[in-house]
Amino acid sequence: MTDAAAPAVPPLRSAAARAALRRRRNAADFRLRLYGVIAISLAIGLLTILVATLAAGGYQAFVQTHIRVDFPIGADNVSPADPAKGNYRHVVKEAVAALLPPAANPAEARQMGQILTANTQFFVRDAVLANPAVIGGTLTLEVPAADIFDQLNKGTIRRDTPQANRRVSDAQIAWFDALVAQGRVSTPFNWGLFFNADSRFPEIAGLSGAIAGSFYALLVCFVISFPTGIAAAVYLEEFAPRNRWTDLIEVNINNLAAVPSIVFGLLGLAVFIQSFGLPRSAPLVGGLVLALMTLPTIIIVTRNALKAVPPSIREAAYGMGASPQQVILHHVLPLALPGILTGTIIGLAQALGETAPLLLIGMNAFITSPPGGVLEASTALPTQIYIWADSPERGFVARTSAGILVLLGFLLVMNAIAIFLRQRLERRW
Amino acid sequence: MTILQTRESQAMHATMTPEPAGDDAALPPEPAGPAMSGRNVNVFYGQKQALFGIDLDIERHEVTALIGPSGCGKSTFLRCLNRMNDTIDGCRVEGTITLDGEDIYDRDLDVVELRARVGMVFQKPNPFPKSIYENVAYGPRIHGMAPSRTELDDIVVSSIRRAGLWEEVKDRLKEPGTSLSGGQQQRLCIARAIATRPDVLLMDEPASALDPIATAVIEELIDELRENFTIVIVTHSMQQAARVSQKTAFFHLGKLIEHGVTEEMFTNPRHKQTQDYITGRIG
Repeated sequence: MTDAAAPAVPPLRSAAARAALRRRRNAADFRLRLYGVIAISLAIGLLTILVATLAAGGYQAFVQTHIRVDFPIGADNVSPADPAKGNYRHVVKEAVAALLPPAANPAEARQMGQILTANTQFFVRDAVLANPAVIGGTLTLEVPAADIFDQLNKGTIRRDTPQANRRVSDAQIAWFDALVAQGRVSTPFNWGLFFNADSRFPEIAGLSGAIAGSFYALLVCFVISFPTGIAAAVYLEEFAPRNRWTDLIEVNINNLAAVPSIVFGLLGLAVFIQSFGLPRSAPLVGGLVLALMTLPTIIIVTRNALKAVPPSIREAAYGMGASPQQVILHHVLPLALPGILTGTIIGLAQALGETAPLLLIGMNAFITSPPGGVLEASTALPTQIYIWADSPERGFVARTSAGILVLLGFLLVMNAIAIFLRQRLERRW
Repeated sequence: MTILQTRESQAMHATMTPEPAGDDAALPPEPAGPAMSGRNVNVFYGQKQALFGIDLDIERHEVTALIGPSGCGKSTFLRCLNRMNDTIDGCRVEGTITLDGEDIYDRDLDVVELRARVGMVFQKPNPFPKSIYENVAYGPRIHGMAPSRTELDDIVVSSIRRAGLWEEVKDRLKEPGTSLSGGQQQRLCIARAIATRPDVLLMDEPASALDPIATAVIEELIDELRENFTIVIVTHSMQQAARVSQKTAFFHLGKLIEHGVTEEMFTNPRHKQTQDYITGRIG
């Protein structure tokens, strides 16, 4: 070779320089990993604090103080001919009088009447109607204690607070302690939290109305948004030509997914309630509004799931002479289904936790019976939590936390179903 | 023609059972003339022209190999023959392509029926994520070729037999097609394609994703299938074209440079470009 102008080969770097480079590279790798670990620890830590706070505040709502009371069902108060019309108020008064020492004055008598929940007469009536044979005899029932005694029993109302600053008088504490000494007080698991509807009295307020309302609303939401979302996504992904119109539609769907939920609530109020005349507070309207919110999510996840189906499968099917309908229904949709279902359930879980639009269509009303259908007024889980958080009684503080825990539980179950379905369906081959 | 004989392929032949009697007897007599022919075929992808005035006849019961360097348009031409190009946005085909004298780009022609008559095997084995049985049964089922379960069973078994896969899968028809090896998957795809009893079988580089042994099995199979089907195969391996085909067409830059009997093309090409390609100077 006579080429003298060949570029000089750079000298190999020294061992020390290479070692320094390697150290810097390793340090950078380590730092990157560290950031990730810190971020995850932070997220888990915050979540733990949230759940721990809720559990600490809410665990007391999962048990309820009950008092065993013997109710004399005298024929003078309850006529065997028409037990529904009996004077149960008086029955309760007699039972309380028998339970406690004689009242010295009317004020004491009123204070005694506060020990049992205000709805005790209705519990007694229902029990008598269920079993009319007890008329003339004695009926023994476990009755929820009134909120203040429930709080006293759970230690939320402290005995060392001066009497003037606490809602339970010293005399009431003495009666309650006497009942405890008689073994009449128990704190079993609070099934009422799940099986009672809302009430002004925290001791008998439950989530059944809200759970039923949320169920109906989600049902309506699913029935509307699932088929519509899949049909829209299939059309956009498999049939629609790529042009300015489909681009516009795509941009709008993405925008729709980002619209604040309260706007959908206003829309539901204006369109479904004002224009269409659908009933206020009804799960049907709630479901329609939630469907509008969930629809863009379902369209987007379905399109992504359809895109993820390998083109070779479509090619194979078209090459066999399958029509577009056959290609989509026999091959593409079944393969995309796990992704679609996962996305749908996560969309529904979002809808389950949505509060703002439901407030606007009146699903935060005070309703004391669970809805019997999609047209009956009801609350939903998040709005029920909102109502309880707004209520002044001490008992609702714990119930708010308990309500949130129940809602989180439902979300957890839905996400678990999504994971289960994805793994189950994808494991097919 | 030398074909790499393997134990696998010999075993396959030993176990091939004769076709059920009357399998082909019921078919109407074949019309005269080439199975398919293209006249002045121009193909455009948007503004770009991919094929320029192709005139080519595909003869019955022969293997026609389409060869040429990458991007020469051989796959494009193949995909015109069963209108797979329809699925590509912006693709436009001019000229006429006929199947038994019928224009396949005619407005009244049902593309679904066309693809049942002109089957296709792709470069990468692409069985459906269903069972082996379902893979083969799919075509006859959607084309309504098997009214009863036993007829469907017959079609599936005879198609898998013809594809030389029977001995390997007869005990596992319910297993997923994707659980087979690459070469077996490709033979499953061939079985799937011939289950609709097409007249013409298109193969787009069917062995390019396979190892040499599986390739040899496929090549043997192609030779066998020639008896019942007309085959068009795209390949970028000239050895393969020489081994399996009777006719060869050489494409270059979207033009059909030369076509004719394979042996003549490889021993005595008329065009310099053909010679350059088959001797490895271009491509």
